[in-house]
Amino acid sequence: MEIQHKILVLDDDADWLELSREMLSQLPSKPEIRTATSGKRALAMLDAEPFRLLICDLKMPRIDGLQVLAIVRRRFPELRTVVLSGLEDEDFRSRAYALGVDLFWLKTEMQRNSQMYIECLESLLGRDLEGGFRGIQSKNLMDIIQMECLTRSSTVLRITRGSLVAKLWIQGGELTDAEAEGACGEAAFRRILTWKSGTFENLPAEPNRERTITKPVNALLLESAQAIDESGAGAADTSDQTVQVHRRTVWKLSLLTRAGAEFVVAVPPEGQGVHEAMGTQAQSAEQYAHWTRRATEIIKRLGDTVDAGPLLHLDGSNMERQLLLIPRENKNFLVGWSPEASEGLLEKTKKLVASWDS
Amino acid sequence: MGLLKNIFGSRPAVTQLPSGSITVNRAGKIVSSTVSSAYPAELLHAVGKEVLALLREARTAQMPLAEVSIHYASLRVTARELRGGAIIFLFPQTALSPISN
Repeated sequence: MEIQHKILVLDDDADWLELSREMLSQLPSKPEIRTATSGKRALAMLDAEPFRLLICDLKMPRIDGLQVLAIVRRRFPELRTVVLSGLEDEDFRSRAYALGVDLFWLKTEMQRNSQMYIECLESLLGRDLEGGFRGIQSKNLMDIIQMECLTRSSTVLRITRGSLVAKLWIQGGELTDAEAEGACGEAAFRRILTWKSGTFENLPAEPNRERTITKPVNALLLESAQAIDESGAGAADTSDQTVQVHRRTVWKLSLLTRAGAEFVVAVPPEGQGVHEAMGTQAQSAEQYAHWTRRATEIIKRLGDTVDAGPLLHLDGSNMERQLLLIPRENKNFLVGWSPEASEGLLEKTKKLVASWDS
Repeated sequence: MGLLKNIFGSRPAVTQLPSGSITVNRAGKIVSSTVSSAYPAELLHAVGKEVLALLREARTAQMPLAEVSIHYASLRVTARELRGGAIIFLFPQTALSPISN
């Protein structure tokens, strides 16, 4: 006899719960759907009866989603958890994954790709029957890809590095396609392998995806590893260095154009190198770099005075342009945008900055 | 003003983040404030001073800013330039405060 799974949906918005119930009724395994409008109620329901899956919102009054997930992870380790949130910030995704959730979906993304969302949930419910171990671990991307291929998996690996998102399609243990930073196929795969850190998640396989990579994955991994080694070793060669600098300049200019920003100024701390600017004249770049240094000092002082925590970013505007200052570990970035640019400016700037030195 | 403080005399162990708005003139003097009187005046004065310095530095760099928002992990400071002075809004941020662009 087939088991009927139970799914608990937790959200403080009753209308959204109704919508979720309607959408989840499309799941092929026809699970029983229960709902709760508060974290306290959800925990009581989980205590009272066994559930297979919890779909949880993050922003809720009193006990928020992250608190519920922390309790659930401790008290119900076998329960599958999915975060469905309207908070479009990568920080929340990382925090949720750090709590051991199985999937993180944005509500907007879910409404756009409802079919994929349903498939993800069905796949999660199915995996319960297979058992196995779950956990959080840090592995090299090459190891993860090799592991998926060796086990003859069919999956889509979604890899996130800051604001950058890439996807790898694996079908029956063979790498069939890749997508990253506007590139696809082998070029995208090589680009992804240069990423040093990030997070990954398994999405359901897409067997109908057109195949663009035909080389065996091991050959590609070997080629990429060699290319990474050579780019490190060849740096000593002066002529190679000139070519590298030229390539980097072209790459950065193309990034700037693609993003639609007016200029970027990357400013290292005082005495630790010179600033680098694209899209602006030398004199203006000098002034922008000076202001970035001064502004960073003032902001730090202000933050310390009121105990406001670390600076996330600064944005400013005048009639001529909008500015965003993003602090990074070894550099601060000042990015200029036209006054008309409005949609997702912060996200675009973060993406541009993340790609800048990659 | 400050009546309860006079009666009870105790001060909170942890300084809360300021919430509200202040208006500072070009000399950095606080002209008006909606921030709780329990918040230390000298810290509020320092906020005004630093924000004015930030706007002044921007003018020196030939990029005068009409508005600036500083997003800290637990506080957002938004300032609008006002004839050499500024009106400054202070919004404490919780973990789940909406992310502003």
